[in-house]
Amino acid sequence: MKEKGLDRLLVFYAWTAALVLLLAVLAVFGFLLQRGLPVLNLKLIFGNADPLAALGGRQPVFDGLYPAIVGTLMLVVLAVTLAVPVGLGAGIYLAEYSRGRQRALLGLFFDILAGTPSIIVGLFGLTITIFLHRCLSAQIQPCLLISALSLAFLVLPYLARTTQAALEEIEPAVRLTAPALGASRRQNLFLVLLPQALPGIGSGILLAIGRCAEDTAVIMLTGAVAAAGLPRSLLDHYEALPFSIYYYSSQYANPEELQRGYGAALILLATCALLFILAFVLRQLLTRSRGIAAGWRP
Amino acid sequence: MNQRLQLPEKFFRLAAWGSAGLSLLILVFMLILGRPLLGHDLFALVFHQPWQPDRQLYGLFPMLVGTLAVSTTALLMALPLAFGTAILAAIIRPGGCGRLLVRIVQLLTGMPTVVYGFVGIFLLVPRLRTLFGGGSGRSILAAALMLALLITPTMVLIFIDSFQRVPRGWQTAAAALGCTPMQTFRHVILPRAAGGLLSGTILAFGRAVGDTMIALMLAGNAVAVPCSLLDPARTLTSQIALVFAADFSSLEFKSIFLCGLILYLLTSTLTIALRLARPTVGYQP
Repeated sequence: MKEKGLDRLLVFYAWTAALVLLLAVLAVFGFLLQRGLPVLNLKLIFGNADPLAALGGRQPVFDGLYPAIVGTLMLVVLAVTLAVPVGLGAGIYLAEYSRGRQRALLGLFFDILAGTPSIIVGLFGLTITIFLHRCLSAQIQPCLLISALSLAFLVLPYLARTTQAALEEIEPAVRLTAPALGASRRQNLFLVLLPQALPGIGSGILLAIGRCAEDTAVIMLTGAVAAAGLPRSLLDHYEALPFSIYYYSSQYANPEELQRGYGAALILLATCALLFILAFVLRQLLTRSRGIAAGWRP
Repeated sequence: MNQRLQLPEKFFRLAAWGSAGLSLLILVFMLILGRPLLGHDLFALVFHQPWQPDRQLYGLFPMLVGTLAVSTTALLMALPLAFGTAILAAIIRPGGCGRLLVRIVQLLTGMPTVVYGFVGIFLLVPRLRTLFGGGSGRSILAAALMLALLITPTMVLIFIDSFQRVPRGWQTAAAALGCTPMQTFRHVILPRAAGGLLSGTILAFGRAVGDTMIALMLAGNAVAVPCSLLDPARTLTSQIALVFAADFSSLEFKSIFLCGLILYLLTSTLTIALRLARPTVGYQP
């Protein structure tokens, strides 16, 4: 009888825990939707400027989220362009070329880098700026390029690890077929293994994009500011969505700015959720193609 | 094989060692820029001196206490929540509604932290203020509640993973001996999953220590050593975010590199502990 009571208690506890978690999540996102949805419109993004003129760059936007959205977009494109080749290369090396102790050591370094708080990566970006400022040119300030570089450092270990995992998950039967038919190691890598791992690698890249778009600590140390307009060059200050959310939450001067904060939070949330769902669909695709490969027996 | 053909492999190797070297480079930069303070009495700086830059006191003890208070409280709140949710999703309802729960939890791991901070300011802080009367409402409790919500999903996923790693044969054997599913869980799965539970907890603690935005927006950022959960506190991460705009050559500015050094050592120790707890597990983004 005591056992039965314990069983029931455990079941009751599990349900309560899950319910509390779901209610808390519902409260957070329900609150944001309730406050954010009504303010979502063109005026939120373009303010008093004419949307078409603003998109064409003929009219600056002073009271909307447009510069922050463009800033975040540029930041993400730049950071991912910098990080993807290196991250993929490192992941391929980890999965296909490194062995034994060397692999363990590399893995440890990647884990340490992945576990490093983003504000430390931002601080690292700041030190790079200071060094460049002293050694190269006094004109170098915290800017878009430095932020993108720091964000690239931030997502490097994720990219490497997801690429490594996608390659290592490939069935031995698939892995060995081409070499058995006389393909070289590199032919096997580029013609068989990488195409097989592509959905896994793609979902890793999407997650990295999400991480670049949402991270605030890195960019607040490396050049994001509250009001800059559109960045004129890669070496210029810029606005970004996550930083705007932080700024409006603490410094809002009127209800309109606060509403812009809610709008920005909702847009960022939707972007990240969308990227996450896309990555998930890609990974499902991976398991399906795996299924075909695994089911195929000569 | 000629030289040109070896180019891809060379690039892969350079990429791997280059990015691995990055983690050491960060440490070296912190040491170089924090050097002016390393000459001071480090023990005093880290363990009892207060933070009063106008009196040339750059002690980081209040922030160290703040970091530990906020992240430990968050962990204590998240642990029972994650453990229960993992049991429900993996053991009690492994199909249908459990799978839906896992999907929701997975989605939660990708949510922006700054949004949690934002919602915390306007949803949580005013309610805490009226509930406990007085103060600004920004406190260790406010930050820890939101932080708990941030780290719970990661813990749930690792806990579920560690439950599912227990060989199915063991579970069928226990069922054949007449165990109820819950008895199987308590006597067969739980002892075997202990390592996974530990690594999930360590990983979550690392995330809590390293998070900046939630503590910065919700903890109140007071520089005094906090005495209760309702006191405001400043974490090491917030300290960096708040002080970095100071004059580049001042000692005040240099002190944030000491902050960075402490944080770096703390998180890399946790990462190494994680590998010892379960050597095969990597960092799960």
